[in-house]
Amino acid sequence: MGAPAPSGTQLAREAQAGSRRALARLLTAVESRSPVAEEALRTLYPAAAGAHLVGVTGPPGGGKSTLVAALVGVAREAGRSVAVLAIDPSSPITGGAILGDRIRMQGHAADRDVFIRSMASRGHLGGLAGTTAESAAVLAACGFELVFIETVGTGQSEVEVASIADTTVVVQAPEMGDEVQALKAGLLEVADLVVVNKSDRPGADRTAMQLRAMLTLGEEVPSAGRPRPKHPAVLLASGLTAAGVTELLAALDHIHRSGVESNGPHAARLARARAQVEGILADRVRGTLWSGGERAGTEALMEQVAAHELDPYAAADRLWRRLEA
Amino acid sequence: MTDRPLKVLIAKPGLDGHDRGAKVLARGLRDEGFEVVYTGLRQTPEMVATAALQEDVDVVGLSILSGAHLTLLPRICELLRAEDMGDVLVTAGGIIPADDVPALKEAGVAEVFGPGTPIGEIAAFMREHAQPRS
Repeated sequence: MGAPAPSGTQLAREAQAGSRRALARLLTAVESRSPVAEEALRTLYPAAAGAHLVGVTGPPGGGKSTLVAALVGVAREAGRSVAVLAIDPSSPITGGAILGDRIRMQGHAADRDVFIRSMASRGHLGGLAGTTAESAAVLAACGFELVFIETVGTGQSEVEVASIADTTVVVQAPEMGDEVQALKAGLLEVADLVVVNKSDRPGADRTAMQLRAMLTLGEEVPSAGRPRPKHPAVLLASGLTAAGVTELLAALDHIHRSGVESNGPHAARLARARAQVEGILADRVRGTLWSGGERAGTEALMEQVAAHELDPYAAADRLWRRLEA
Repeated sequence: MTDRPLKVLIAKPGLDGHDRGAKVLARGLRDEGFEVVYTGLRQTPEMVATAALQEDVDVVGLSILSGAHLTLLPRICELLRAEDMGDVLVTAGGIIPADDVPALKEAGVAEVFGPGTPIGEIAAFMREHAQPRS
């Protein structure tokens, strides 16, 4: 078994001093929502405000990992320290996962100022793992200036990353659908920037043109009292050849900077705070209901609902009363 | 925290280009409920050690068919120990002659699984021998 496990405060201190081993162990603790992580986050959270968190999302196979690897390369040329959180889905059946995003990022394996961590979604929906925001906070507190958060391959409505990142890029690939796809609500709406990746492939220009045409259809000034939609720029880039990637990172930094100056990200930070606190609360409720003492009672109620002997609201009421007691 | 899935790195060190075995194992371990980090072909020992460190894996599974196992695998074990990851379980598979196994075990490889080993057997070994950690 070896030496006793270090405390959260101790791990946090070591990670901030540059120990990659301590940082990696801390991220494991965060993923498991362990008491060690809670203790460490109390120390680290105040120091986690400085980094630029960039969300990278889009459909599977669109080239997100390759593009992130190219962005990391550009950021490293500028001497910035970079971390990546790459999320892949957990199996809903076995709980297992294949975390394959590192394959595209192995060019940075020998660089100590790049830290890449894969995360399994562990049943969390929305494109992230339930503990991604806290993991990003740990990385930010340990001095990484730029943290890329790469979601699982997303569909149309997995927009959670936008509530966690400062800046969100939606990655599209050429020939993925006609104009009507770009009219739909959801993923494209949360983009601060849209990238048509694989610009080395045929059809990329046309796709970018269609996206631009559709994304600028909305009124600049919405009706009184209505939330203002974003009007993201559409850029072309290729993760493979690195064409357009320098411009992409510059655009991301520009959006972040102008947001900071106009105090724009306050809403984003509030959304992030809410997502984190609600996530922790939901986890605690779940943990309590399925803990040793409560488990049998919870299971019995679920059986009754499954058999239609009890309606789900009544079951929830009973569980709620038990939590309050 | 008690039922955290086991996290395994499956890597192919060295210069052979055949990763079907590694992919079959990665998929099989996924179905066993493990979280499998797959890093693909042509990994240097340093790349494997860095990935193991950053991912904080419980197990490193190395697939090698090139014949360079006596050079590469001890080097990986050495790098892991240097990173204070000596407690990580290291296993190997692929084409490894039985005569070489004692030397590999001496170097820090816990077990060598030859072709045809059932995935369930490998998973059971990993569950049994991975160090319980926080």
